[in-house]
Amino acid sequence: MIISIASGKGGTGKTTVATNLALSIGEGVQLLDCDVEEPNAHLFVRPKFKRTETVFTPVPVVDDKKCNLCGKCGEICQFKAIVVIGDKVLSFPELCHSCGGCMAVCPEDAIKETGRELGIIQKGFLNGLEFVHGKLRVGEAMSPPLIREVRTFSRDDKITIIDAPPGTSCPVIASMKDTDFVLLVTEPTPFGLHDLKLAVEAVKILGIPRGLVINRSDIGDQNVKAYASRDSLPILMEIPFDRRIAEAYSRGDMIVEMMPEFKEKFVKLYQNIKELVGL
Amino acid sequence: MKELVVISGKGGTGKTCLTAAFSSLADKMILCDADVDAADLHLIAGPSIRDSHDFQAGHTAIIDKERCSECGLCQDLCRWQAITEDFKVDSITCEGCGVCVFFCPEKAIDFPLNTCGQWFVSDTRFGPMVHARLGIAEENSGKLVSLVRQRARKLAEEKKIDFILTDGPPGVGCPVIAAIGGATSVLIVTEPTVSGIHDLERVAKLAAHFNVPAMVCVNKFDLNPDLSWSIEKIAKEMGLSCIGHIPFDPIFTIAMVEAQSIIEYASNSIAGRAVKEIWERALKTLGLQQQAHSPQLAAGFANV
Repeated sequence: MIISIASGKGGTGKTTVATNLALSIGEGVQLLDCDVEEPNAHLFVRPKFKRTETVFTPVPVVDDKKCNLCGKCGEICQFKAIVVIGDKVLSFPELCHSCGGCMAVCPEDAIKETGRELGIIQKGFLNGLEFVHGKLRVGEAMSPPLIREVRTFSRDDKITIIDAPPGTSCPVIASMKDTDFVLLVTEPTPFGLHDLKLAVEAVKILGIPRGLVINRSDIGDQNVKAYASRDSLPILMEIPFDRRIAEAYSRGDMIVEMMPEFKEKFVKLYQNIKELVGL
Repeated sequence: MKELVVISGKGGTGKTCLTAAFSSLADKMILCDADVDAADLHLIAGPSIRDSHDFQAGHTAIIDKERCSECGLCQDLCRWQAITEDFKVDSITCEGCGVCVFFCPEKAIDFPLNTCGQWFVSDTRFGPMVHARLGIAEENSGKLVSLVRQRARKLAEEKKIDFILTDGPPGVGCPVIAAIGGATSVLIVTEPTVSGIHDLERVAKLAAHFNVPAMVCVNKFDLNPDLSWSIEKIAKEMGLSCIGHIPFDPIFTIAMVEAQSIIEYASNSIAGRAVKEIWERALKTLGLQQQAHSPQLAAGFANV
């Protein structure tokens, strides 16, 4: 089973829920941090990293000796990543989406592929918990290919928990797509509600069952609850605001380790999800 | 023309609340919301939309069953496995590269332009605002960010306003890169948490990578004073100026619920005063001369 944790708005507690949920379930769990732009889960789980690999995406290199400047590569490229200007073919690897079109279309077989570094993937363990995250190279614009690469570590015989990035566009879709359940985390504020609605619409497009965790549940107003009930979005957990939790978070401490009574709540959250997925 | 872009790396550190507060304090400015993915500034600014436009970018492949001979070439060529076994294109997976369209021997694949969002020019009580809404699950957020910034600049030129205040997106990827390129400066809003610091370092590197000068301010600094101190040290080491601290204060949320900026709601609260100090230091760093004025006056700029 794959559970993705998403939110729309940033800073609502995705990582808190993902890490505490993973640790509470215990054995047979893997946590994949797909917020590759700003991965944070490792700061709380503190796994021992055993393996680091650099991930590349294919981009074209042109053999000037073979190229006859026909310009077909520039015609097929939708991303303006390769173009013939005068007697030169110019490629802009940072704009390339790695579709391979230029290479396929080149009549002179003058284009080969090399790699543009997307970032790194690290894998480690903490007790029984398997941990994988991606870290986008600073300066790299495209996170979805790295997210998809992190997701290849997902294993059918494990409970996979995915910490998704904020927002509702392609990186979030890449993190939530083909998961069995999306657990949305929000705070009951106007910003939290507005972005939650966007996130719910995205999950609906993907057709995935969903549930809600309301973090800092006693701040703000009642509108998130009203929306959840109107939209039949089950509220699976509420975490009241507690300065001790905020301070523990600031240090990188886990709630379940500091306040063991929360472990049971997270286990119950997992059981509720299992029921909703029908497992 | 000067542009200050408020970013954070980590989400939820208070970018939008701070941007709204600055817009209450600014004398004359164009407000720009470059967080097109999960835009929230309008919830405080309450824009009356003057113009709205469709945002079109990118294409999606659509196979015409009538013309398709099911030869399978498109499936072989597609690097995203976006074409199903029964020759349908999964529009969410389709990257819009057009390789299948180009090579289809039956010319059976259409490739229409996507409308993936809208952008708006509005009036607010703080001044004119340019903002956008990216369609759900759409791509091209970076292009839409570039577009709203371009339009904000154009509007500033038309109105002879020399300052643009931009609310940026979280992260370090394509929307952020699009939001900071060519800006006069960025203000990184961070918080004294292990994740706040981790993300601050990454986004500060990004700003340096694109040669954009960066300032830092620490929100909720009293949650962990030791880490707030570390942030100042890190900022110094990275050559960033740390321009202030804001205490943790639920009044930000209360103001948000009332659809007001903290300056409008509680200008003389400790948090409100801290925000004012940060604003004045930011102005100084930007080399901008602006008159401080009361939020009541800001209403007068709604029709600038």
